Amino acid sequence: MTVIKTKINRRSFLKTSALAGGGIVIGFNWGCTPADMARPEASAWYEVNAFLTIADNGEVTIMSPNPEIGQNIKTSMPMIVAEELDVNWEDVIVKQAPLNTESFTRQVAGGSQSIRSSWTILRTAGATARKLLINTAAKEWQVDPSGITTENGVVKYGKMTMTYGELAAKAVMEEIPEEVELKDPKDFKIIGQAKKNVDLDGIITGEPLFGLDFKREGMVYAAAMRPPAFGTKLKSFDDSDARAVNGVSDVVQFGNKIAVIANSTWAAMKGKNALKAEWERDGKLENTTDHDRQLLRMLDTPEKEPRRNDGNVRRAFANADKVIERVYEAPFLPHNTMEPMNFFADVTDTKAELIGPIQTPQWTQGRVAQLLGREAADVTIDMTRMGGGFGRRLYGDFALEVAEISDKIRKPVKLVFSREDDMTAGTYRPASKYKFRAAIKNGKIDGYHLTGSGVNSGNVTRQNWFPAGGIENYKVETHNLRSNITTGAWRAPITNFLAIAEQSFFDEVAAEIGMDAVQLRLDILERAKNNPVGEIDYEPEKMIGVIKLAAEKAGWGNAPSGISHGFSCYYSHNTYVAEVAHVTNASGGPKVARVTCAVDCGIVINPDAAINQVQGGVVDGVGHAMYGDFSFVNGTPQASNFDKYRLIRAKEAPEVDVHFVESLNDPTGLGEPSLPPAGGAVANAIAKATGNRLYKIPFIKEEIVFG
Amino acid sequence: MPVYSINVNGKSRQVDVDADTPLLWVLRDTLDLVGTKFGCGIAQCGACTVHLNGNAVRSCSLPVSTIGDNEITTIEGLSENGDHPVQSAWREHDVPQCGYCQAGQMMNAAAFLSRNSNPSDEDIENAMHGNICRCATYNKIKAAVKTAATNM
Ligand code: FES
Ligand code: FES
Repeated sequence: MTVIKTKINRRSFLKTSALAGGGIVIGFNWGCTPADMARPEASAWYEVNAFLTIADNGEVTIMSPNPEIGQNIKTSMPMIVAEELDVNWEDVIVKQAPLNTESFTRQVAGGSQSIRSSWTILRTAGATARKLLINTAAKEWQVDPSGITTENGVVKYGKMTMTYGELAAKAVMEEIPEEVELKDPKDFKIIGQAKKNVDLDGIITGEPLFGLDFKREGMVYAAAMRPPAFGTKLKSFDDSDARAVNGVSDVVQFGNKIAVIANSTWAAMKGKNALKAEWERDGKLENTTDHDRQLLRMLDTPEKEPRRNDGNVRRAFANADKVIERVYEAPFLPHNTMEPMNFFADVTDTKAELIGPIQTPQWTQGRVAQLLGREAADVTIDMTRMGGGFGRRLYGDFALEVAEISDKIRKPVKLVFSREDDMTAGTYRPASKYKFRAAIKNGKIDGYHLTGSGVNSGNVTRQNWFPAGGIENYKVETHNLRSNITTGAWRAPITNFLAIAEQSFFDEVAAEIGMDAVQLRLDILERAKNNPVGEIDYEPEKMIGVIKLAAEKAGWGNAPSGISHGFSCYYSHNTYVAEVAHVTNASGGPKVARVTCAVDCGIVINPDAAINQVQGGVVDGVGHAMYGDFSFVNGTPQASNFDKYRLIRAKEAPEVDVHFVESLNDPTGLGEPSLPPAGGAVANAIAKATGNRLYKIPFIKEEIVFG
Repeated sequence: MPVYSINVNGKSRQVDVDADTPLLWVLRDTLDLVGTKFGCGIAQCGACTVHLNGNAVRSCSLPVSTIGDNEITTIEGLSENGDHPVQSAWREHDVPQCGYCQAGQMMNAAAFLSRNSNPSDEDIENAMHGNICRCATYNKIKAAVKTAATNM
């Protein structure tokens, strides 16, 4: 049991207020985290806030504060509140909280941090409401509150009982308790049980849940034409054909873009296609072939200040029995959320109302206010369900566009991207390359040298993660190639390829020195655990745990005939994952049949949903390693729809068996961590099956015929 | 604009749209049936799958003028109470992540199972291959189609 203080300084942590029609509302001001709270980390970006309402009929409404992008947060966050509140999950109604900068602070979906950053806050929220109800009952019954217990929405003292609903009206008058006790995780009744997605019925029956489904009386539709190539701007345009399209009511230029306004999505898209625009250069027209050359050159260039430099790397390489050096390459990737970008705006003289799918509502609110020259208070942003995010919906460019369009035409308008718009006006995963070198001495890795380079990528390494601390002489360098192509976070930023490269390299090193691939990693981790070289930002012990679990569950070392195993492990978003790919090599060529996955993410809140996340991450990782391919010629993207851009499909998706490490530790990220190791496990299994190593994404382009 | 009379979910509906308007946008914009989703517009992803006389078709690539009196069924009309065996199986397996592709997946599965009630795993993979799930819920989709097959 943990005791948590609910108040700090002058700012109240919790506020009660009466609702019209009875019931209590507890507002959680997540902005002020009690100083003595063990967690969460004070990372401004990921803080959240929420509401909970108890109705006099006992129904509990829990607001899910964070944007839902398919990570199932709208179910798991309220589960945490309900656990500490001690109610029947069946009595809980979940609602998406609006963006409200008065009583809420940060509402963000990103970095797999929604649960991690709000775990204690959500628990405190539920526990405080429970204590308030107990105190209320104690007054009613004139008894000592310490003798009162609760069970499934009922308060008990001896033979006396009252429901939360009966107490709610009186509880409003009570003082918020100053201290509350949190449950021992061993006593959890809701957390750890599979609960169905709260929006499941709506999804299954086709209810209007998504941004694209949102409509408003009098709303018009907009489609926008944007520069066709990075490095170009609008010179002139002729809209006479566009205006002649049935249903088109207006054509407006905004910045370097042109919006066609119409009474239907189809008319707007047709009108956009009928625009004749001329574009002129206003920057470099970049080519993937040039990026490749520059990135490779950077791999041979020392960084002025290496990210990390342990021991004496130069000497280790000079004295090595053998040096192994490999280069790995990956392209840009578009996000391709299934629901293309879209947003609604209604800008009037007094307000700007925006509604749609967005991972960063508050940040976007500020930027819209700035763009329109309004006060932030005059801009509202409501979140709809999102048809996928993967990082793309962090950027809010689409919301700014529609705000500008609505401001110009002064009508409620929905901006809809076609797939082509979505894929060619992206914020892409940066293209990147890595050169790994290992100095082998007496059959061991004595020196390790990683150099990375990426396009608009910032640091493409994670210098304090594995194998940092486990190798005596260790150096990491990184280079950034500036470009006018927009890049951004893409599910498991940086590590989505760094892990593939690193884990492929270790596999090859193990083969070269004649060592078991799993044992090689365990040896490095043992060193990092017992006697680390320098500081490290991961827990070797936990990595060892998932490695052993995955190896055991996959039957590592005992692959049945016809199956080749490939191993990979990675730490990201505070979660540890190890994977074994099972590859068949029948007549048609190698095929990924199965992936065994072991995960340590602390307490698993909702097991079914967690398995779904992990499976999705693995299949996504396999898919983009196999097929992900996106390049530029003269600043122009070379794929714009799914005829030219291949995503993994049903037949290619491996079965994924998921095993969680049993844990009572606070939960960590789950939306991303299963993705990074997947590609490496596949590459290593294919190498075992065929003898061919894979160094370049997409694997499908390498000289192997795949089944 | 011409007026078309189309049969959607058992009802005759008059729609005043251009001849080339894809059924997808007639459903979504004109008839307010937004359960059918837009994903690619070029018959590559399956998000817009509906039934035309019980066959799975891509509504994004079907101009309204070609429909005539063929019967259209959308996710909203797949069952009255959301309990078509495919929907029940989707519920049982809690398939969706973001959920955006799932109406198309279910419509495709329902049409497939009405023709093949005892499919092999390979049949299921082949049948579902045209429907992209960007969240990659394929493991759950396959399991749910299997369950639905036994309950059809
Ligand atoms: S939207 Fe019709 S198949 Fe993609
Ligand atoms: S559940 Fe998100 S695309 Fe399928």
